[in-house]
Amino acid sequence: MNFDRINEKLSILADAAKYDVSCSSSGSKRQNKNKGLGNSDGMGICHSYTEDGRCVSLLKILLTNHCIFDCAYCVTRKSNDIKRAAFKVQEVVDLTINFYRRNYIEGLFLSSGIFKNADYTMERLIAVAKKLREEENFNGYIHLKSIPGASDELMREAGLYADRLSVNIEIPTEKGLKLLAPEKDRKDFIKPMEKVKNEIVQYKSEKKLLKKVPIYAPAGQSTQMIVGASGETDAEIMYTSAYFYKSFNLKRVYYSGYIPISYDDRLPSIGTSVPVLRENRLYQTDWLLRFYGFDVRELLNKEHPNLESDIDPKLSWALRNLNQFPIDVNKADLRMLLRVPGLGAKSAHKIINARKFRKLNWENLKLIGVALNRAKYFITCESRVFETKDRTAAQLKSLILSNSNSKFRKDIGPQLNLFDAPNLKTA
Amino acid sequence: MKTILIYDGSFEGLLSTVFYIYEYQIDQFSVVKTEEYVANFFDKKEEIISNSNKANRVWKALSTKISANAKRKLYKAFLSELPGIENKICHFIQLAFASKYKIEKDFSNPTILEISKVVKMVDREKHRMDAFVRFRQTKDNIYFATIEPDFNVLPLNSDHFRERYADQKWIIYDVKRKYGLFYNLNTVTTITLEIDEAINNKQNELTFFSDTEVEFQQLWGNYFEHTNIKSRKNTSLHIKHVPKRYWKYLTEKKN
Ligand code: SF4
Repeated sequence: MNFDRINEKLSILADAAKYDVSCSSSGSKRQNKNKGLGNSDGMGICHSYTEDGRCVSLLKILLTNHCIFDCAYCVTRKSNDIKRAAFKVQEVVDLTINFYRRNYIEGLFLSSGIFKNADYTMERLIAVAKKLREEENFNGYIHLKSIPGASDELMREAGLYADRLSVNIEIPTEKGLKLLAPEKDRKDFIKPMEKVKNEIVQYKSEKKLLKKVPIYAPAGQSTQMIVGASGETDAEIMYTSAYFYKSFNLKRVYYSGYIPISYDDRLPSIGTSVPVLRENRLYQTDWLLRFYGFDVRELLNKEHPNLESDIDPKLSWALRNLNQFPIDVNKADLRMLLRVPGLGAKSAHKIINARKFRKLNWENLKLIGVALNRAKYFITCESRVFETKDRTAAQLKSLILSNSNSKFRKDIGPQLNLFDAPNLKTA
Repeated sequence: MKTILIYDGSFEGLLSTVFYIYEYQIDQFSVVKTEEYVANFFDKKEEIISNSNKANRVWKALSTKISANAKRKLYKAFLSELPGIENKICHFIQLAFASKYKIEKDFSNPTILEISKVVKMVDREKHRMDAFVRFRQTKDNIYFATIEPDFNVLPLNSDHFRERYADQKWIIYDVKRKYGLFYNLNTVTTITLEIDEAINNKQNELTFFSDTEVEFQQLWGNYFEHTNIKSRKNTSLHIKHVPKRYWKYLTEKKN
């Protein structure tokens, strides 16, 4: 191995890959077999954190940053004047194995620029995964990028070696895609996604009947959208997201604030700040859709095409629907409890358990961990004192904002903990 | 009068102490390790001799009172080595034996709440070690790591590393407590070593470690730098996740 050359390639190809924010390594079920190397049946470990506070759990690189396309939002685009490099299959295998053996990583996340054509590229990605599994008996985590336009046969094969597959749709709207990546077609993204979905469905049903079915992409599929590159609204992003969750059983949709990398005047100019707060609000919305029983139309619609930046989307929804509050925490069903601002999923379940033994009062709720500074305006409980004043939504909002504890205030400051949430075990 | 019960510092010793408390119906006691004992004129002292038979009887009897999971938590609390934790564990066990129902989830009891808090801290440290251990490949092809965890969590890490690194020999050595785990491709054993100070010294790396070891460390450091997005810098979040006291283990933070 030529160390200097590898080191240079690694710099270039890690740099090019880092804009993909996914670093999840959980949700797979692969155990160590035949005394081989590694496993990925656990929670997925963050072995380090970058200086921007993101989890480092996988070796995330491109196989090559040569690309025949010219997507305006991408550093790897053909017209960009940057250094290009390409790993050999064996080099990626060696890096992965040696990093893994030293406990640096949980596995590999391999993506690529498109060279020659989609299938040719996809074949190379598969070759790496296959070698890792078959020659190195590697059972760590492998995330492969599905190359838009790759054939069904290749996507079938990819899932036999990878734990997760993902295609990034990147641009939330078709018109945005036309503008920024005119050579690309939404259909090309959907095709491999569809195939992987069908394979997973088939795998699950066959597994019920047969003992030995080769395991297929056990950690499912995900995708990513770039936020703030094409003038899209929050509604457009989240409707797209809801559609993809539903149609392709995605495990996760990631939202990545656009990082200006080009002087192209179709895009925000270099020096524009990354929309980190907006990204955070989108993740919160995503959470509400997946774990809190909200429908996207309740949170975003014609009247409210964008999320409020100073309050979280659940509070924002509650303030628009004051007629549904206050609710009695000793009687309300789970669905309504989950809708109370300041009341998380954990607390809601605790309330349901605890109220079997006694009627809950403010003290109980506090111990359970409810953020009363927000919740108290929306609930009643077994206490004689509660907020009785009739307040307008605007009054409530300013009251809550001025009373919020530092943690809530920090949310709207620059120090976001946004990557805390997506690293939860639900990934 | 209070009785000071002096034990050898092992978990077996602590359970033997519990046996003793019941055998002699000791009412007021305080449990200390031999090396922590300071004589005084007011208290009676008793030295407990570890006895695996007695310890086992206590441990087995506990199964009728609390879940296996709660038993494991007592062991984890013990590994915290926090001052006075022995007393809390003994109280917990007394509570368990005295009660008709499973006490382990009664968090309104301060002893039980306290134990569960300590266990959380120990678990967190265990997970940090799973994440922050950095192996270096020695000349004789053993993957070697040193750690100095806040609590004595190494026994808890054993399964994870054995399952994951089944095809390589490895040693994880706790330099603070002067013992380590060695996996020889078959089983994990506890070992003690004379560790040369120089081993953690950059210049000497090539004396102890394989030729490619230094290269892979550099590759990893380089990767770490390039996967960072500068325009998203968030130092406080970074430090929250990787507190500075752990940086000395981390290959990528050392340079
Ligand atoms: S095809 Fe992919 S790698 Fe190539 S320019 Fe477009 S987004 Fe970038």
